[in-house]
Amino acid sequence: MKTHTVSHFAKWQRWRAGRPWLGSCLAAVLAWAATVFSGQGQGSGELLTVALTFSAFTVLVSLGQMLVISVGPGNADLSIPSSIALSGAVAMLVMDGSNAMIVPGILAAVLVGALVGVFNFSLIRVLSIPPIIATLAGSLIVMSVAIAIGRGLKIKPPPLFSDFMAMRLFGIPLLAVVVLAVSIAIALMLERTVLGRSIEAVGQNDRAAGLAGMRVELTRFWAYVICAALAGLAGALISGFSGGNSLDQGQEYILLTIAVVVIGGTVVSGGAPCVPGIWSAAMFMFLLVAMLNAAGAGPGLRMLLTGLIIIGVIVAASSPGKR
Amino acid sequence: MSSLQAKRGVLVLHNILPALALSLLLAAVFWRQPRAMSYFGVNLLLNLAIPLMFASLAQMMILAVSDLDLSIGPFVSLAASIGATLLPTRPALAMLAFVAAVAAYALAGALIESRRLPSIVVTLGLSFVWLGCAVLLLPTPGGLAPDWLSSAMAYRTPWLPMPIWMALFAAALGHVLVTRSAFGTLVRGLGGNPTAVARVGWSLVRLRAGVYALAGLFGVLAGLMLVGQTTSADPNIASRYTLVSIAAVILGGGKFVGGYVSPVGTVVGALTMTLAASFLTFLEVAPDWQVGMQGLILIVVLGLRAAIDRLERIA
Repeated sequence: MKTHTVSHFAKWQRWRAGRPWLGSCLAAVLAWAATVFSGQGQGSGELLTVALTFSAFTVLVSLGQMLVISVGPGNADLSIPSSIALSGAVAMLVMDGSNAMIVPGILAAVLVGALVGVFNFSLIRVLSIPPIIATLAGSLIVMSVAIAIGRGLKIKPPPLFSDFMAMRLFGIPLLAVVVLAVSIAIALMLERTVLGRSIEAVGQNDRAAGLAGMRVELTRFWAYVICAALAGLAGALISGFSGGNSLDQGQEYILLTIAVVVIGGTVVSGGAPCVPGIWSAAMFMFLLVAMLNAAGAGPGLRMLLTGLIIIGVIVAASSPGKR
Repeated sequence: MSSLQAKRGVLVLHNILPALALSLLLAAVFWRQPRAMSYFGVNLLLNLAIPLMFASLAQMMILAVSDLDLSIGPFVSLAASIGATLLPTRPALAMLAFVAAVAAYALAGALIESRRLPSIVVTLGLSFVWLGCAVLLLPTPGGLAPDWLSSAMAYRTPWLPMPIWMALFAAALGHVLVTRSAFGTLVRGLGGNPTAVARVGWSLVRLRAGVYALAGLFGVLAGLMLVGQTTSADPNIASRYTLVSIAAVILGGGKFVGGYVSPVGTVVGALTMTLAASFLTFLEVAPDWQVGMQGLILIVVLGLRAAIDRLERIA
């Protein structure tokens, strides 16, 4: 009898281990329910729609951060806010309010992002310093460029672009559908392509991956470039959504992306990305703020709790280590 | 024989780089502005380095155990905010807050060791905790430091300006604590080879907690000195310290892994980073590009270090 329950428990544990996004998904549902039942927020459906819109931006940027974190311990891109600021400004400049230039504008933003990624990776390689410091130091320069070209820029996004950003299909924001497509593409890339498999292998053990014939540094290069390019895309979309670019439009994404990746069940030391977790964690982070707002918490308390929750989640996800 | 000489040469280069950078910058500043070469001039130039020195020593403690502290800037801001709000009116409560903050640091260190967590993510989370606390204390910039603190920081020290005395004090303190003491050897051992330290029988959890607590203590000192200088605080007053303190430690000869740190070099590094910022204002760099110049200085500093490290490996 006893062995029977143990095996059930083991089975449950194995089932859970294969689904690292489960916890954040549950947490998101709880936060949503708490906000709705507190009665001060909007209606439940409306709240979900708003959450989907804002989470879509978070997901887009966090997918890139997930790839970077997955290529090994110590890898993270802290230049995301600068990339978003710069690409937003570039997108608005290229589009210049005309519908015909929407696609070139978005492409230019993605290209600018990708260039920031190349810059980041070359700093990491040439200076051989931890990526955290390299991307942070490099981001100061990128930010300066963004300030120089983007300050006082008052270009409205083309009307078609704004409309597209606000469009809904049966209550679901079109933006969320687009980002879902990107997520599926990234998931397929991780599952099916050489690059995707290399990202996981390099993250798990770069020496073994190198000996197995994978190109370790090239894999890392692509992770940083894809991450920054996605941030560039997000910069253009955010500018379109909020009626023009601003220099601090990416500010919050530095901690938010890392929090979303970690809470979503991606392993922090690399080698095990989790795409569904990005969605549930992004929804959770938005709904958490909505819940705290509905409960009347100010910005100080909100930051305090966000920090504690991030630490709590990684403590809960860890296991006692031995030396 | 010649390889030995080369090795010695690179080692000398490694050790004097921070002092060399500082003297070069000082010479450049004095050349642009000869009037700065006085008691008041030096005081004005290097005053801001006083809190940064202690913040850099805090970062150095964390780097000595091969971790990184991304929360030291917000932590110093929090300490300054406590100094400008609770300290003048309710000193006992303020002391309690400082003790709690240092205890929180120690707890973070214990957690990082016992659960083998990445310090970067934990301290990134902590940075929001500190910022949140500071915003709760001081929703808008303001507050007032107690009189004794501001007058202490404005005290005219005999013979040499206060930043020089403070630098000597901080360097001596760090040197005794980290380079000379048995505790310091253990700390650097934890950074270089934790397994060996554990096999000898030390509790790594307690050791790392102690290192983090010391870092917290240095952070509190930095915050108090900062608020003594500025007399009022805001929750973001020291946010740039996070990056600059890392740069100071690395410029001073520290390494990201392996437990290599130099307290004397760190203090010189903090002076150099402060001077570099003032030098930019002397050069009249357009405000748009000042942020970028800071980034460029960081990259140059780290690049120089990387180049010397490479030379060391070859020699």
